[in-house]
Amino acid sequence: MGQQVVIEPVSRIEGHGKISIILDDAGRVADARLHVTQYRGFEKFCEGRPFTEMPSLVERICGICPISHSLASVKACDEILGVQVPTTAMKLRRLLNCGEFIQSHSVSFFYLSSPDLLLGMDSDPAKRNILGVLEKHPALARDGIRLRQIGQRIIEWFAGKRIHPAWVVPGGVNAPLTADHRENMLALVPEAVDIIQRTLAVFKQSLENYREEIRTFANFPTYFMGLVDAQGNLDHVDGKLRFMDAKGNIVADQIDPARYQEYIGEAVEEYSYLKSPYYKPLGYPEGIYRVGPAARLNVCNGCGTPLADQEWAEFRSLERGPVLSSFYNHYARLIEILYSIETLDRLLQDPDILNTRTRAFAQPNYTAGIGVVEAPRGTLFHHYQVDDCGLMTWANMIVATGNNNLAMNRGVLQVAKRFIDGPKLTDAAVNRIQAVVRAFDPCLSCSTHVLGQQEFSIALIGPDGKVLDQA
Amino acid sequence: MTAADAFSRKKSNTEARSVRILTFKIDDRDVSAREDETILAVARQNNIYIPTLCHLDGLSERGACRLCIVEIKGSPKLVPACVTRGREGIEVITNSERIADYRRKILELIFTERNHVCSVCVSNGHCELQQLAVNLGMTHVHYDYLYPRLAIDASHERFSLDHDRCVLCLRCVRVCDEIEGAHTWDVMKRGINSRVITDLNQPWGSSSTCTGCGKCVQVCPTGALSEKGKSVAEMVKRRQFLPYLQLMRGVDRE
Repeated sequence: MGQQVVIEPVSRIEGHGKISIILDDAGRVADARLHVTQYRGFEKFCEGRPFTEMPSLVERICGICPISHSLASVKACDEILGVQVPTTAMKLRRLLNCGEFIQSHSVSFFYLSSPDLLLGMDSDPAKRNILGVLEKHPALARDGIRLRQIGQRIIEWFAGKRIHPAWVVPGGVNAPLTADHRENMLALVPEAVDIIQRTLAVFKQSLENYREEIRTFANFPTYFMGLVDAQGNLDHVDGKLRFMDAKGNIVADQIDPARYQEYIGEAVEEYSYLKSPYYKPLGYPEGIYRVGPAARLNVCNGCGTPLADQEWAEFRSLERGPVLSSFYNHYARLIEILYSIETLDRLLQDPDILNTRTRAFAQPNYTAGIGVVEAPRGTLFHHYQVDDCGLMTWANMIVATGNNNLAMNRGVLQVAKRFIDGPKLTDAAVNRIQAVVRAFDPCLSCSTHVLGQQEFSIALIGPDGKVLDQA
Repeated sequence: MTAADAFSRKKSNTEARSVRILTFKIDDRDVSAREDETILAVARQNNIYIPTLCHLDGLSERGACRLCIVEIKGSPKLVPACVTRGREGIEVITNSERIADYRRKILELIFTERNHVCSVCVSNGHCELQQLAVNLGMTHVHYDYLYPRLAIDASHERFSLDHDRCVLCLRCVRVCDEIEGAHTWDVMKRGINSRVITDLNQPWGSSSTCTGCGKCVQVCPTGALSEKGKSVAEMVKRRQFLPYLQLMRGVDRE
């Protein structure tokens, strides 16, 4: 008899989607699929618009990581202009990105995932949210809220507003940093460092409680991809691509992001609007790779900032090769927050940072541009083509969550196999299936560039295609 | 009162032409005006606010947008203040529930006709249409949007035309014709299908009459005409030149 289970809704992720878990005749889990069911069409409706509008247009893909989209976008636009962006502007963009990482990772860890981690995967779902955490662990919840606020303030001080600012522009940024704002930000650094170090300590202690989740949360060998700088250190804004295999061998390094198409193919599956990118040399679907916080810490040689480097070393000592369990994304997120705070501090001290030359002007000199950055959720590609007048003729975006699509599917399958037994969805299974998806911190609205009303749902499906259960 | 008005008044004094002075009421205030002055001009002289969109000091009146509609007591129909002259003894009401309602509806209809997406517009924060929506308390659009598919003309070296943001105020047509004297801009088709065009509906960049002066860009109330290379919210229009040019034109005539 064929069987299918649906879980609905999967909460505390960005965007909307659905999971189907397919059972075989014996009632065991045969396959699992993550469907992203809506379509937004950004790549299409951008066509015909001036490329200078793109940074603001693509910011509307998402309210959590608009900065990442605008940074990838302006980098593509810089190439269309063919200018050398002033170094101060490069630093300012990097600083803005620090604010983004602090706030976005805080949302993911404290607001979306800490309820699972601190209250327990099987605790009362009505209380398994940030308010429940505030009740049980008020200090940590307050820290989380404060840290996110710090990130948002930083964005506001640089860019003028917290969400969807129009400060980064093709050729640089449109206003220099003021001395007042610099002082304001520097004053926040010690508090932010304290918060993240406290949180790291609490998190590391709690790891013991999650042995089973660590073992099953997308814990399998895959390739990893991330940006690294010329020394191979972590780089969120300007690096080159590095690919690592499951054993920790670097298989491709210092790849100019402009050559991404030689390394990444995009497959389309009927069941989802989300494409499935794969590592080309291995083919589809063998070329499964992961991006995001843990992947970045896997591929890099270090963070390049003192405190984060200590944490990085401890993180990498979890396993002999690369850290394979996606559960550790939570850990990596905290380390990246620390790295972002340290980078913020370092760049703000730079004597050149108040320089008022922050923008290069030009007419469109080239007809194509590729911009790549590390978004909080992983590597983000924007590839544009324009006509001679500077109007968009074609756009392609590969978004962090897309890169992880194959891995998320396999992760859901792994958890489903471990926690589903028979045609019913138990709470334990539903909670963990949602949590494994959450470990990737997917942004489904970003990933398909999707608009939606539908909540995330999980379906258990029999071999005959009948829905057996939903949650 | 514009510089041009001042100039023409002086001129009529020297010619000693007799101009009748009228007295009437605007919003219960007694006002006096020359018979050739519009209700809008008189209201402005008396610091009475009437919203406008197509009107621009220094250009001829068009009466296109209808946002300046006012009531005249005893008359059932609303009249556009920019092209209606005062008459002896009338009582003009510039702001009533009825007028506010109609103005909002007109504004909403303007928004539905094209794709005005403020958040990604070069003129965001510096747009007269956007400001009017705020001033007139427009909170929602109660009509269906038309979502026309309109192409951008970016063929000009320095400027671009985005029909999506055009409100057909025709300031560009007027400034090009009346001030620059090039008459590059005009309108084609009718009603809802109207579009501003350059020359005989050819790409702006290939226009043989356009002098590239950019006055049309500066007078455009929205982001329809903008300087190339501006990012979102960066297009701030500069219109200070208009009164001076108007004054010079008057001098030439004398």
